[in-house]
Amino acid sequence: MARIGVFICHCGENISATVDVVKVAEEIGKLKGVAHSVEYKYMCSDPGQNLVIEAIKEKKLTGVVVAACSPRMHEPTFRKACENAGLNPFLCEMANLREHCSWVHERNDTTTEKAIDIVRTLVAKVQRNAALQPIKVPVTKKALVIGGGVAGIQAALDIANCGHKVILVERSPSIGGHMAQLSETFPTLDCSQCILTPRMVEVAQHPNITLYTYAEVEGLEGFIGNFKVKIRKKSKSLDEKLCTGCGLCTTKCPQKKIPSEFEQGLGLRRAIYVPFPQAVPNKPVIDKENCTYYKTGKCKVCEVVCPTKAIRFDQPDEIIEESIGAIVLATGFEVKRSDFFPEYGHGKYKDVIDGLQFERLASASGPTQGVIRRPSDNEIPKRIAFIACAGSRDPAKGIEYCSRICCMYTAKHAMLYKHKVHEGDAYVYYMDIRAAGKNYEEFVRRAIEEDHVHYVRSRVSTIIERNGKYILKVADTLLGAQPQEVEFDMVVLATAGIASPGAENLAQTLHVSYDQHKFFAEAHPKLRPVETNTAGIFLAGACQTTRDIPDSVSMASGAAVKVAGLFSQTELTRDPLIAQVNRLGPPLYSTCVGCFMCQPVCPYQAIEREEIKSRDGKVIKVLAKINEGLCQGCGTCIALCRSKSIDIHGYTNQQVYSEVVALFNEF
Amino acid sequence: MSEFEPKIVAFVCNWCTYAGADLTGTSRIKYAANVKIIRFPCTGRIDFMLLMKAFQNGADGIIVSGCHPNDCHYSSGNFHAKRRWMAFRELLDYMGVDVERITFSWVSAAEGARWAEIVNTTTEKLRKLGPYTNYQNLVKSGIEEEL
Repeated sequence: MARIGVFICHCGENISATVDVVKVAEEIGKLKGVAHSVEYKYMCSDPGQNLVIEAIKEKKLTGVVVAACSPRMHEPTFRKACENAGLNPFLCEMANLREHCSWVHERNDTTTEKAIDIVRTLVAKVQRNAALQPIKVPVTKKALVIGGGVAGIQAALDIANCGHKVILVERSPSIGGHMAQLSETFPTLDCSQCILTPRMVEVAQHPNITLYTYAEVEGLEGFIGNFKVKIRKKSKSLDEKLCTGCGLCTTKCPQKKIPSEFEQGLGLRRAIYVPFPQAVPNKPVIDKENCTYYKTGKCKVCEVVCPTKAIRFDQPDEIIEESIGAIVLATGFEVKRSDFFPEYGHGKYKDVIDGLQFERLASASGPTQGVIRRPSDNEIPKRIAFIACAGSRDPAKGIEYCSRICCMYTAKHAMLYKHKVHEGDAYVYYMDIRAAGKNYEEFVRRAIEEDHVHYVRSRVSTIIERNGKYILKVADTLLGAQPQEVEFDMVVLATAGIASPGAENLAQTLHVSYDQHKFFAEAHPKLRPVETNTAGIFLAGACQTTRDIPDSVSMASGAAVKVAGLFSQTELTRDPLIAQVNRLGPPLYSTCVGCFMCQPVCPYQAIEREEIKSRDGKVIKVLAKINEGLCQGCGTCIALCRSKSIDIHGYTNQQVYSEVVALFNEF
Repeated sequence: MSEFEPKIVAFVCNWCTYAGADLTGTSRIKYAANVKIIRFPCTGRIDFMLLMKAFQNGADGIIVSGCHPNDCHYSSGNFHAKRRWMAFRELLDYMGVDVERITFSWVSAAEGARWAEIVNTTTEKLRKLGPYTNYQNLVKSGIEEEL
């Protein structure tokens, strides 16, 4: 006879405000098999958990249902409490009364009745739960970091400094990411490259870090502690061991007029190129789309001039397979580009540029050597406008969120302009100024008060070009003024930060969730911000949402600690919620008839053939067998099995059918 | 007489729709109390005989919901569920089961509002369709024919 204990939580008032918890406890107490039914203010608190532990011991409970919040929140908490009381943790279930009932309904009898129904189904289920033992699996103590921006660099270095091997994969030819493109950083105005490049070199020289640039992750198999990753290292048309990085080829290549990605199209590069002078690794790649040899079969100038004969035109892509234990995703963000702003003529007018392009203009190593010049005629602009929230916080454009970094970099841009063009006028058109951060507000005030940047609260409706000048239609909304036309030489749009292109594909390859803007989703917005819902995969930096450098770096260190914590164990315990083929005594051995229809539907190749042999070695029967290490417990094979020979722990046929029955019937 | 309130059971996957329904709660979006959720690891786990069991026990409607295509935590479970539903729907229709009472949908972990909308529209639809007493008649007629 089952002796189930039911513990109903008020969650302060979160549940009890809409659900009559006393009535739920009373009604559930009347059910067959329920030996104990109580309610309490905070079940997850220490005294609340003790209530569970004491009841298990005193009443000799055979199963526990905690009716509180989502099992995604506190299931581990209560399973642990059960374990502490000597009850197998898998004999504990949670009924979701908060997210699925009290928070979504009004206070009335129906809500309380629904709560009773929910608890009743779980009481029915838990009676059919089996005591399970966790599966132990080994941990491969090697991490994969995807993305070589500042977050990826920090995560890789932190993990490597803990003594673990790290593979850093970067899509472009050099690590550094967006931070390497920045001129100076807020709120200190120190040079971005000066603080980043030493870190980049450290990555390249670290004995624990293997760096793959110009490479992308193509496939992932396995699970936490035991991933197998497939990396495509794109052909650089170069033998990296022979190349000394002398750069002769990059000065002789006849293809000179390719817009440089690093310079945001404001500068030019050759077909064989190093993206920027401080690139790591400082070795060139051939851009096959623009190379004369790849296009026409003639040229080979680089091969001729190379002193070490390192050019390899026939080099294929390389596929590298690595076993790893954990992954840090640090794929960063991108800024919205031209076609998004027809009203501002971005992409049409040469002098309407985005913030990242302005960074390159202001950078000492940029296309203008740090002199702010109009891309159209190389003149120094005397009047410059900065438009904040270009795309951000604009539901009409599909981006409701605040990009977080624009207010600060716009203030920085205006300041940099004033420092370089003393007689010039800088205007910032803004909606609100969001400068939340250490020394951030002070920085904006400095721009306004010391550098005399004009801040005007306004939305710019359109930009039109007239005789080489740009006319902005604006209205000062603080004065309630009529719209007017203001003339400028140049306009910088603080365009919205968006998810990195390819983020969605990568998320699907790695099976991590992402939000509607294609940013990767964290496991919990407050308490698990660097974890994903896929165990063993962590997040760092702007791939989760746009964020500034200090935040990205702290998040990367946070992710690194999670990885190091994982690697501090020699083996991991996994929930044993996996599939199993039934076994019976002879002569049947199992109801499985060996049709193997389950094999092709299994996403993990976890279904193997098992032969049952007689004493003289003859095969009597062939059965399906689930590999415990590979099965992830999706249950697709169960629904498919014709003879109902497979079942899944935690969601057995008995359990789910009894849930359905209990939902509609008292028992 | 008060309005008919249908009994609806939702079979949802743990990773997308269950989390999406959690988000509906966290966002305090109100919806009809007619739906009760049963959690599965994946929609691929859902044996469609469960749907029959639910109707047999008095459900007036059913929601099956999982991850969007390509978003499945287990790569392909939602595709198997979809193909199963395509085949099963034909079969049910042939047998005389009212397939209008089954809502098959995708709700991601980020779509809290969408979950509320699906619950509300399904509930509204079933209020109009009325109680599903026909299923019991269907079962009876099946038995009688056998006899």
